[in-house]
Amino acid sequence: MSPQSEKYQNRIELLQGTLDLLILQTLMWGAQHGYGISQVIRAQSGDVLQVDTGSLYPALHRLERQKWIKSEWRLTDNNQRAKFYQLTSAGKKRLGEERSRWNQMSDAIGAILANRPEEV
Amino acid sequence: MFEDRDSELDEEIRSHIEMAARDGVRSGHSTEDAHNRAIREFGNVGLVKEVTRSMWAKASWEVFTQDVRYGLRVLAKSPGFSLVAILTLALGIGANTAVFSVVNGVLLNPLAFPHPDRLVVMFTEMPSFKNASISYPNFEDWRRMNRTFSTMAAYRESGFDLTGHGEPERVTGEMVSAGFFEVLGVNPILGRTFSADEDRLGANPTAMISEGLWKRKYGSDPNIIGQRMDLNGTGRTIIGVVPSSFHLHIQNFQRGGPANEVYLPMGEFNEPFFHNNRSAGWGMDAIGRMRDGITFQQAKEDMDRVSRELASAYPDINGGKKARLVPLSEEMVGRVRPVLLVLLGAVFFVLLISCANVANLLLARSTARQREFAIRVAVGAGESRIVRQLLTESILLALIGGALGQLLAKFGTAAAIAAMPVNMPRADDIGLDTRVLLFTLCTSILAGIAFGLAPAIKTSRANVGATLKEAGRSVSGMRSRTQAVLVVGEMAMALVLLTGAGLMIRTLFALWGLDPGFNPHNVLEFSVSGPPSYKSSPDAVRAAHRELHDKLASLPGVESVTLSWGARPLQGDNEDYFWIVGRPMPALNQLPMTVEYDVGSDYSKTMQVPLKRGRFFSESDDERTPAVAVIDEAFAKKYFPNEDPIGHYIDLNTDPQAQEKVRNPQIVGVVGHVNQWGLESDASFPLQAQMYIPISQAPDSALKRGGFSPDVYVRTARAGVPTFDEMRRRALEMNGELVVYAARSEDDVLATDMGQQRFSMILLAVFAGVALLLAVIGIYGVLSYVVGQRTQEIGVRMALGAQRTNVLAMVLGGGARLTLIGIGLGVVSALALTRLMASMLFGVKPSDPLTFGAVALILAAIAAFACLLPAHRATRVDPIVALRYE
Repeated sequence: MSPQSEKYQNRIELLQGTLDLLILQTLMWGAQHGYGISQVIRAQSGDVLQVDTGSLYPALHRLERQKWIKSEWRLTDNNQRAKFYQLTSAGKKRLGEERSRWNQMSDAIGAILANRPEEV
Repeated sequence: MFEDRDSELDEEIRSHIEMAARDGVRSGHSTEDAHNRAIREFGNVGLVKEVTRSMWAKASWEVFTQDVRYGLRVLAKSPGFSLVAILTLALGIGANTAVFSVVNGVLLNPLAFPHPDRLVVMFTEMPSFKNASISYPNFEDWRRMNRTFSTMAAYRESGFDLTGHGEPERVTGEMVSAGFFEVLGVNPILGRTFSADEDRLGANPTAMISEGLWKRKYGSDPNIIGQRMDLNGTGRTIIGVVPSSFHLHIQNFQRGGPANEVYLPMGEFNEPFFHNNRSAGWGMDAIGRMRDGITFQQAKEDMDRVSRELASAYPDINGGKKARLVPLSEEMVGRVRPVLLVLLGAVFFVLLISCANVANLLLARSTARQREFAIRVAVGAGESRIVRQLLTESILLALIGGALGQLLAKFGTAAAIAAMPVNMPRADDIGLDTRVLLFTLCTSILAGIAFGLAPAIKTSRANVGATLKEAGRSVSGMRSRTQAVLVVGEMAMALVLLTGAGLMIRTLFALWGLDPGFNPHNVLEFSVSGPPSYKSSPDAVRAAHRELHDKLASLPGVESVTLSWGARPLQGDNEDYFWIVGRPMPALNQLPMTVEYDVGSDYSKTMQVPLKRGRFFSESDDERTPAVAVIDEAFAKKYFPNEDPIGHYIDLNTDPQAQEKVRNPQIVGVVGHVNQWGLESDASFPLQAQMYIPISQAPDSALKRGGFSPDVYVRTARAGVPTFDEMRRRALEMNGELVVYAARSEDDVLATDMGQQRFSMILLAVFAGVALLLAVIGIYGVLSYVVGQRTQEIGVRMALGAQRTNVLAMVLGGGARLTLIGIGLGVVSALALTRLMASMLFGVKPSDPLTFGAVALILAAIAAFACLLPAHRATRVDPIVALRYE
């Protein structure tokens, strides 16, 4: 087994809706293109979360349609043309909402998981 | 910067892969290797693009054109299905467009006059007549005394001999009061209309001619104004040309008759009796334009007041009479409205049946497409997206069908107009206009949604997993239930249409079987008009009558000939006030009326009107012998209920204003009642009494007034022998200036009288036939499908010992169930709906059990026949093959 496919095995399917949160969070640090976003998510999750392009691009285009992010074509540091996405003010507000929803949810799930019978 | 979002997306993905490849190179891979890895890692580019694209808020037309392109490809891929569906829809939509264009032209389009809703037609209403004509003195008072009409004008139909310009000929025309064309807002294309000064006794004789006559007879001479024309021997100055776009079809104004060619001023009509006699109507009605702001109800009340004032001023004459007002559009098209609406309803059913059939086709086809949509759902297309795609396809089908239907409608409408009864009003106004095109478009789109929605929803809800794994049996059960519902609906609607057609057929049979009171077969009628020189002497007219009779009677093949004057069965009417001599006379306005026929002695023989008592006229009844009369049974029954009418005298001198006394005739015979007012309506017409007077005993004044202008009836041994032309030539032998015209067989007179019923019958029969065909195709399709689906089951049954007859019974039973439910629903709907056509029926009730029974039987028999083939196929199922198939 190559390391590549091993990593694939460890990959966690993103929960529905969490991708939006991750994308918005990633863009908090400034404008970024699609490839960059996927790299940041992967690196920051310690290679656990790998974003599928088949999910990433539809999500980016949908978020743009919802006016939470906007895009423009710019040159990268390597002098390459790429489409950069950045948060709009509506997007920032949305990020706050998504974040608190996520916290609520993870607290709730954590509380359920913490409640285990003695014998286990 | 980018031409469209698609190439922008391409560019975005390319930059992603390039950046990934660059990172690969940086971590030590070769350029080529890094590039390949980047592509592999990216995944399925096509799929990513497809899913990303689906996120775009596309302009709806973009989605639409995409769907349309896709839909067209799908339709082109199964040309057989598409063709059948399109043809079915073309039939349904085309028939609807054709009928709608008739409804549009006749009922919806406003009449081609300025402010047509202000125009009102007027008649005299009295106990025995709803639409009696107005006497000229009364009309003059109406016009003078009313406060609600800005203008009012009278008109009466008349024929004229046009001489002195080529062949003498008979032209139809109208006497109109000055202001007539102004009431209607019709402007002459040349010259002017009549002035008030020309519309009075003793005025210089003038005439207006129609554009048709101007072209036909005068070669569109631009200098026609001021020229002279001879009408009935009077020289008249032509003052104007009436445009051919002028169409008016109402009682006493070219309703059912040929187009008017001349117009004369009414007031100049040189007939003192017409001007002075307040009690006699001369076939004259009136039309008025209500003042602005006046409602129809106000006009009616105003004319009621005028009628009351005239009744108190002339109680003898106007007591019991009043003005009857009818809006012009109602008078023109009111009679045909129910017929057209019933036809529109019927044709709508045809469309529904076509839709049901196409829906069935779509359902059957959805099996084949189950996988296609399952895949689309799997890659993220929502249910609504698929419904939308399927609906686009249906609407495309319907639009193509509609375009073809429009073409069919063009021919269909032409055929319908050709089949139309001559008295169909506004036939000239029927055609394709924007509203018709819009109707077709909307109908097509709605039809597309109607037949596409259910199959689309069913298809989109198909269980994706099940479909992808296997053939999706669960779906087919649901589908055949939908199909069954559609077929039941088709059967029910077909039954309704068949019932409608059946009732019309029964109506026509009832009319055909009706005894009109005379025998129309082998009788030819025509009219003769002699030059005014005959008017100088009543004896000359009488001599001419005899000569014409003898000349025609001697033609080989002629069995008998009679001349006639006054009323004619099913055509013109002519009435007289009368009383029975020796009985106490009622008040003048209470006097009864009788239809009066002035006929030759061979009339009863020629028309074969049966003699019930006494005798008919003989040649010896003439101006020198005692005056005689023959009455019909209705007359005898009403006025001589308990005694023998023969020997009584009829008082024909009841009118105190009459200028001369006529001889009171003695009743010498009683004949059968003749259908005077129309096959359908005669029995319900208030005036039933009929009286015959020998034409030879017509009063001198009448002969002087009318001159030599008889109608002629000729009974021949064989139809068409001798021909009308031979008779005409024979008549011209006596005087080359005679105009011999308007030849028709009596059979044709009857057929024309039934024209409206025949028209409805033909159309309903055509619709019912189409409906039956479609419904039968529907039930055949469903049973075939069910048999196909149940092949395994049938195989198992047969393997377990079921006989072929059991299988046959099972399949036929399924068909019979659908048919019977359909027929049951159809009978219930038909009972409710045929009541709407009650006014079109004659001699048959809307709920006629015979029609219902026959129609149900026919439908059941044909449906059974359609079920036989699939049932037979089911019995051929080989259990081994069927089981192995499983």
